Amino acid sequence: MTASTVPAPGRLSNTLQNTWGWIKKIPPVYPVFIIIFLILGFLNPVKYQSMNGIMTFLRTASPLAVLAIGEMFVLAIGGFDLTVGAIVTFVVLVSSKLLANDPANALPAIMIMLGFGVLIGLVNGLVVSYLKVPSFITTLGMMLLVRGGALYYVGGAPQGYLTDNWRAFGRNYIENVPIFGRVPYALIIIIVIAIFSYILFNRTNFGKQILAVGDNVLASQLSGVRVRLVRVITFILCSVFAIIGGIMIGGYGGVNVTIGEGLEMQAIAACVVGGVLLGGGKGSVPNVIFGAFTLQAIVNLLNILGLPKPYTDVVQGLIIIGAVAYVGLTSQKKQ
Amino acid sequence: MTSTTVSDNWFRRTTRSVHIPTIYVFLIATFLISGLLDQFFSDGQILSNPAIMLNIIVRSVALGIVAVGQTMVIIGASIDLSVAYTISITAVMSSYIMQGDTAKVPIAIPAVLGIGVLIGLANGLTITKLKVNPFIATLGISLIIKGIINATFSNYTGSVPKSFEFFGYGTLGPIPVSIIILLLVYIAGWFLLARTKFGSHLYAVGGNSEVARLSGVRTDRVLIGAHVLCSMTAVISGFFLVSLMRSGAPWVGPNGLYDLESIATTVIGGTALSGGKGGVWGTLAGVLIFGILDTTFNQLGVNPYLKMVLRGAIIVLAVASYTIRSKKEAA
Amino acid sequence: MVLDNSNQTAEQTNHQAPVMEVHNISKRFPGVVALDDVSLEFYPGEVHAVVGENGAGKSTLMKIMAGAYVPDSGDMVLQGEKVSFYHPKQAQEKGISIIYQEFNLLPERTVANNIFLARESSKLGTLDIRKMNKQAQEVLKELGVEKMISPTALVSSLSVAEQQLVEIAKAISFNAKVLIMDEPTAALTYTEVDMLNDLVGRLKQKGMAVIFISHRLREVFDLAEKITVLKDGKHIKTVKKMEVTPADVVFLMVGRTLDHYFPPLGAPEEFGEVVLSVKNASNQILSDISFELRKGEVLGVAGLQGSGRTELAQSLFGVVPFKSGSMELYGKAIAIKSPTSAIKNKLGFVTEDRKSEGIAPRQSIRDNMLLTVRAVQSLFGLIFKDGIRDSRKLVPMLGEQVDIRTDSFDREAQYLSGGNQQKVVLAKWLASEAHVFIFDEPTRGIDVESKAGIHDMIRALTKKGIAVLMISSELPEIVGMSDRILVMADRRVAGELPAKSTEQEIMLMATGHTDHVISELADSVGKE
Repeated sequence: MTASTVPAPGRLSNTLQNTWGWIKKIPPVYPVFIIIFLILGFLNPVKYQSMNGIMTFLRTASPLAVLAIGEMFVLAIGGFDLTVGAIVTFVVLVSSKLLANDPANALPAIMIMLGFGVLIGLVNGLVVSYLKVPSFITTLGMMLLVRGGALYYVGGAPQGYLTDNWRAFGRNYIENVPIFGRVPYALIIIIVIAIFSYILFNRTNFGKQILAVGDNVLASQLSGVRVRLVRVITFILCSVFAIIGGIMIGGYGGVNVTIGEGLEMQAIAACVVGGVLLGGGKGSVPNVIFGAFTLQAIVNLLNILGLPKPYTDVVQGLIIIGAVAYVGLTSQKKQ
Repeated sequence: MTSTTVSDNWFRRTTRSVHIPTIYVFLIATFLISGLLDQFFSDGQILSNPAIMLNIIVRSVALGIVAVGQTMVIIGASIDLSVAYTISITAVMSSYIMQGDTAKVPIAIPAVLGIGVLIGLANGLTITKLKVNPFIATLGISLIIKGIINATFSNYTGSVPKSFEFFGYGTLGPIPVSIIILLLVYIAGWFLLARTKFGSHLYAVGGNSEVARLSGVRTDRVLIGAHVLCSMTAVISGFFLVSLMRSGAPWVGPNGLYDLESIATTVIGGTALSGGKGGVWGTLAGVLIFGILDTTFNQLGVNPYLKMVLRGAIIVLAVASYTIRSKKEAA
Repeated sequence: MVLDNSNQTAEQTNHQAPVMEVHNISKRFPGVVALDDVSLEFYPGEVHAVVGENGAGKSTLMKIMAGAYVPDSGDMVLQGEKVSFYHPKQAQEKGISIIYQEFNLLPERTVANNIFLARESSKLGTLDIRKMNKQAQEVLKELGVEKMISPTALVSSLSVAEQQLVEIAKAISFNAKVLIMDEPTAALTYTEVDMLNDLVGRLKQKGMAVIFISHRLREVFDLAEKITVLKDGKHIKTVKKMEVTPADVVFLMVGRTLDHYFPPLGAPEEFGEVVLSVKNASNQILSDISFELRKGEVLGVAGLQGSGRTELAQSLFGVVPFKSGSMELYGKAIAIKSPTSAIKNKLGFVTEDRKSEGIAPRQSIRDNMLLTVRAVQSLFGLIFKDGIRDSRKLVPMLGEQVDIRTDSFDREAQYLSGGNQQKVVLAKWLASEAHVFIFDEPTRGIDVESKAGIHDMIRALTKKGIAVLMISSELPEIVGMSDRILVMADRRVAGELPAKSTEQEIMLMATGHTDHVISELADSVGKE
């Protein structure tokens, strides 16, 4: 504002000022990620300073990134989706029965799962839009429905195992790639999803309308945005991405009744770290991906430091509160 | 005009004149429908056995107590999603400290209440001083508590002494102690909200925080107070549950869905999620409705996983029955 | 402190000492000096109006006096005693009460609860509800409205005017010596304003100093004895009403004479074909709406509060669609069921409340301007980073058309001034190529100078062949701008009046010609 118009005394300081202004615009998630990854590399050079190690890291971190991008769409429109973790459990449990230990069933099973993704998102979206139940209650209720439904279907315990071809998406690598050595399928999936989501979010009418609705519902409605339609589609996107994430997680995690537990909070945390504004109106696909990578790096760091696994919950809780408080308190200062 | 509108008006006037919230009509309807279902598909205990009615109420005690706290924070336009894990930490900590020894009860109760106060303070301070949205703040605190108890306890830990089981199993004459405590908590909740300055100020903070502040209400303090009280009710619920189970486990809170169900019962009891309006008696009816449904599912032998599905659907639909009328778009 | 009365020589009609003085008050906010060395005196039993453009510092000064803000420098003296406030409550306890522009009541609480909020009487920690109701009853009686308002009524069950009375009751219940009102009449109808005037008269007789802020100069001249003009945070002048004309006051406010308040009306020969025609349209709110709107004209819509003015705009625009009757655009039947279909049918709606209905604050100016176009294009259609599918030049073009002053269209809309935000909203509808612009209260809460700018802009639109429907509660605006006037009453069209009809003619039609109202109106008109 008025302060910035003060003329700088010299050209050098002017350049410095410009550079500083440019640096200030870098989202904090990138330096944070780099610092944590450097610490990881320092603590465990074998694992985090080799191409192989980085690829392994990306394999584990990519599923969370997929979940986080899905969550970002819903957060950007001003809602919450807490069904994500239950959907991951659903994918793994239901697939274990659908596959019936026959690799030939993998493709139909995946198709059926994606169909369920559309259905769950549709119901979430319709309940929020038409019954006007706040999304956190809707999706918490849906969490019970999805998890209860999956457990009911399999009778409380996983039925059979997941076939290898089903698990390939989360577990396998393309071997002998020049430079990179081996590239996990998961990385390719996240790249495809990232490009798709980036275009959807930044270069379509839909993406711009998500942000407008998240920012000001009434103004969007009066500008002709079909608010309910846009909102329903974001919930569907989130659920479908959760299904895809579930397939990737099931791939390397295997069958487990509690496999998806808490993932919705991890996805939200990744978004918050990636600068998504809770309440809507701001979001960025690349930042959220790096938010997820940062979160995974922190989890790995806690592992290396020998903290018991439940402490990741504590750290996540602190990150979410800290990041939201930081954004809130700094924006308050600006005003 | 048709006769239905006439009777409608008559009905509304009557219920209003004696201050019966409409939710109590739903409560009676739920009871009768459940009784009939039970009559036809099971052994008909609900309508014929008075003991089962008492049982419905006892089943409602844990949810009922914590719902009073939830009602308070929601009236203050806040929310508490950490109650489930507060209940868990109460259950494990009290049985861990007591170790079956009556002499340790007087240490355990204030110690665990102290933990409750800390959690309430953490919630309240995060919301008021760090300006974090209450939903996210309490979810974050909840994650932190969850991490701490899961890192420390993995299964049933310690036990409560026989004397402490009095809360869960004791009776005064024909009436279970738990029901008396439930009623006392509701009366205390009603008194605080309707008959004290704190209550009056809490309604003001929930209705319009800025108006309250300009009128001289210390809004932060009121909201922090409500959160501390809410965590205390969760602690009392936790005491009740651990005295029933005789030993605490980390999953009692989340498995009982106390976070979601306390919110749902508050909302169907007529307390607006946007704050500033409502009260505990409506919440009690909501709690009893959930208790009846729970008992009915048991009577009918519904599969536990199917029960989970039904609970999810009922919670959402129950809240929807209130929100559908609102003109504002939800998010 | 000894009271210095030496500078009071000009004050001949009033021999009393001032009840409150402010000396050399300054207050700055990041980037702006809100108040710069302002000194004023307020006398008991006197109504003192504070006027000025938006941003002149009126509200800041009132908030400082009421303890909501702490001044950076300067003193306040109350009845000879130096005071400083850090919280509104301290000011209230000293007898300074303020009624803010927005309502400050809790709709779901009773009148008594509201009046005594944060001052509840209690014994042994228990609220004494009976005593509070009784005290509230006494306060209402003091205002002479105890028969209208019960202490136990929920505020949400009261009308806007009654709520205003409860606000005043709350304010005087502090034994106020100074009562500050920020735009007290903004939400009131003309009859309700009269009632408020009576009340202010009574408070004055009780020796209270009443200070009020208003944008409506007519009310200022009706009510006040003294007028203080602020501009850019500085005290320009304090004048006695009897010694000045409204034109003088406007001159002081804007620093120049506004020789034309309104641009010239359109010439009838310029009006083209009928763009929009509505016949016998009804829905759950409105009934029997019929009118025609021609190319290049401004059709003003007048009516009392609750007559269905705003609802007309919402119905036309598909927010609450018409259920029966017919609408035609250029003679072709159309059905508008939602804002989306309204936009497709070339309607645009510039809403009253920019902040909540017009702007998406965190989105760029560009995205705000393009929203209407993007909303009606295919949902998953690809767009340019800086435009829509068909054009990247649209935004700079629009920016030029509405003359928006900004260094970059990527700037978030929230950082624009109010006037520039209004321009972004206009650009939004120019982008959608609307042929019919609906304006709902285009200048409410906007200062005199910006008002003229907006009126010029509306006229510029009609020159381009756009048809304008302008809803306004301000009769001077209706009279000054309209080529034809549609008057609403009881949620239907009461009739139509030609350009340059007088305010009285409009009011007669709006109030439905009842004898009672006419005589009442004659009284109020007689005052002017």
